[in-house]
Amino acid sequence: MARAVTPRRKLINTTAAWTVGLLIFFPILWTILTSFKTEGQAIASPPIFLGFDWTLENYQTVMERSNYARFLWNSIIIAGGSTIIGLIIAVPAAWSMAFVPSRRTKDILLWMLSTKMLPAVGVLYPIYLLFIKMGLLDSRAGLVIVMMLINLPIIIWMLYTYFREIPGEILEAARMDGATLKEEVLYILTPMAIPGIASTMLLNFILAWNEAFWTLNLTAVNAAPLTAFIASYSSPEGLFFAKLSAASTMAIAPILILGWFSQKQLVRGLTFGAVK
Amino acid sequence: MATKASRSAARLMMAPAVVLLLGWMLVPLIMTLWFSFRTYLPLRGGDQGWTGFDNYVRFVTSSSFWPAVQTTLVIVLSVLIITVVLGVLLAMLLDQPMWGQGVVRILVIAPFFVMPTVSALVWKNMFMDPVNGLFAHLWRFFGAEPVSWLSDAAMPSVIMIVSWQWLPFATLILLTAIQSLDSEQLEAAEMDGAPKLKQFFYIILPHLGRAITIVILIQTIFLLAVFAEIFVTTGGAFGTRTLSYLIFQRVLESQNVGLGSAGGVYAIILANIVAIFLMRIVGKNLDN
Repeated sequence: MARAVTPRRKLINTTAAWTVGLLIFFPILWTILTSFKTEGQAIASPPIFLGFDWTLENYQTVMERSNYARFLWNSIIIAGGSTIIGLIIAVPAAWSMAFVPSRRTKDILLWMLSTKMLPAVGVLYPIYLLFIKMGLLDSRAGLVIVMMLINLPIIIWMLYTYFREIPGEILEAARMDGATLKEEVLYILTPMAIPGIASTMLLNFILAWNEAFWTLNLTAVNAAPLTAFIASYSSPEGLFFAKLSAASTMAIAPILILGWFSQKQLVRGLTFGAVK
Repeated sequence: MATKASRSAARLMMAPAVVLLLGWMLVPLIMTLWFSFRTYLPLRGGDQGWTGFDNYVRFVTSSSFWPAVQTTLVIVLSVLIITVVLGVLLAMLLDQPMWGQGVVRILVIAPFFVMPTVSALVWKNMFMDPVNGLFAHLWRFFGAEPVSWLSDAAMPSVIMIVSWQWLPFATLILLTAIQSLDSEQLEAAEMDGAPKLKQFFYIILPHLGRAITIVILIQTIFLLAVFAEIFVTTGGAFGTRTLSYLIFQRVLESQNVGLGSAGGVYAIILANIVAIFLMRIVGKNLDN
């Protein structure tokens, strides 16, 4: 909004917004700072804000103790795998609904959305049982499947809203100029769809990375991702604030960075296109 | 443009997604329904046959049921009120002209990207720990006795943690909605001398109505299922056992699958009531 304001007004706005913003961000900032303190300094009273001896010791300890790399790898496989498989299934579906809509398209879309509303706890035991029967418990493959299925409705919806914005006239024009179906898909639709597909991927990756119901209940050792890695710090053990902070920072850093890139798409993805 | 051939091709392209989601929905749902009518104790004799509606009755009449319902409602409603009210205010603030708007936006949104187990543990230890937490330092600084947050004030603590996670979501969506407000309308109101408060209640708030409804519905669905935040902070103790958590405990901790499944059916019905309203709004949006 290009409303003219006085510099004084702008200064007030800026001060207020930055204060609130820093307040909301503070727990994350504090965690990052604490991760560089020694355990003693982490609980010092009064708390030390910046004037401590910066150290990487906690990161070393966490890496040595908990095999961080394996948890990280599991998170990457689960979030990445479910995103890619989800896209392979969702792109054709969203495509056909956007470009060849039928009378039932709307109902199908809404029904897909409704599967997302199923409370996980209501189907916990059946999934648990099926996983045991199929040998999928504590396996990455099992979690990739579950994560893909719980996010599939969101992927389809997001792609659908993006695809629908591609004007059909362009396709007709291309056809008039003698483009074949292959050329149409390859040279016209794909380039136009790539931004939408990319942001769908990003959001889905974030959601799968942070999911903490199925990952906690269906994994134990082998397939446990970072959510479970952090949960293993839930029982206090002497001085551990600095180590907890280091572990937390490592678990959230990749996604914070990705998240900042995707904030615009986030709105569309999470409201199923109802707010843009 | 849709020929018969392209229609059947379209159906083929949709098939994998539809079949998978149908299976994902129906198979566990039918199993839950099935278990809910049986006495099923995996560790104590396994499946012991039909019991009719016993599990449903027992789940509702157990002494932990109503407290769990109450806890669930208190958490959902408190978080909704906090996030929507603060979200509207914050969105209006962020919409104002200022320096470094992009950076502030990023700061405000960040908590949404923190995984639930991390935010719960960070709050639990580094802020709410009665000895070494930051709040304890703060309380001592002002000469007050530090509070054992997660045992003496467990509910407010959990509500605060969950609100911190969801405030960015509400703010982001409401900000997007505010930005689509036609500024000429506000300018006209300004020129006509409408006071700020009136502008807010007669122009801004009605414009945000739909976005607020969507925020409420989507958050309700997620808040009904809050899990990790309780799992790693109180483990359901000190009056923080929600309906979801109670079901989780029945199924996995006390291994009473029949009873837990009956609870699960209640949870599914509850979520569906909310979902119907959400669908209606989203569906309407599809038409135009």
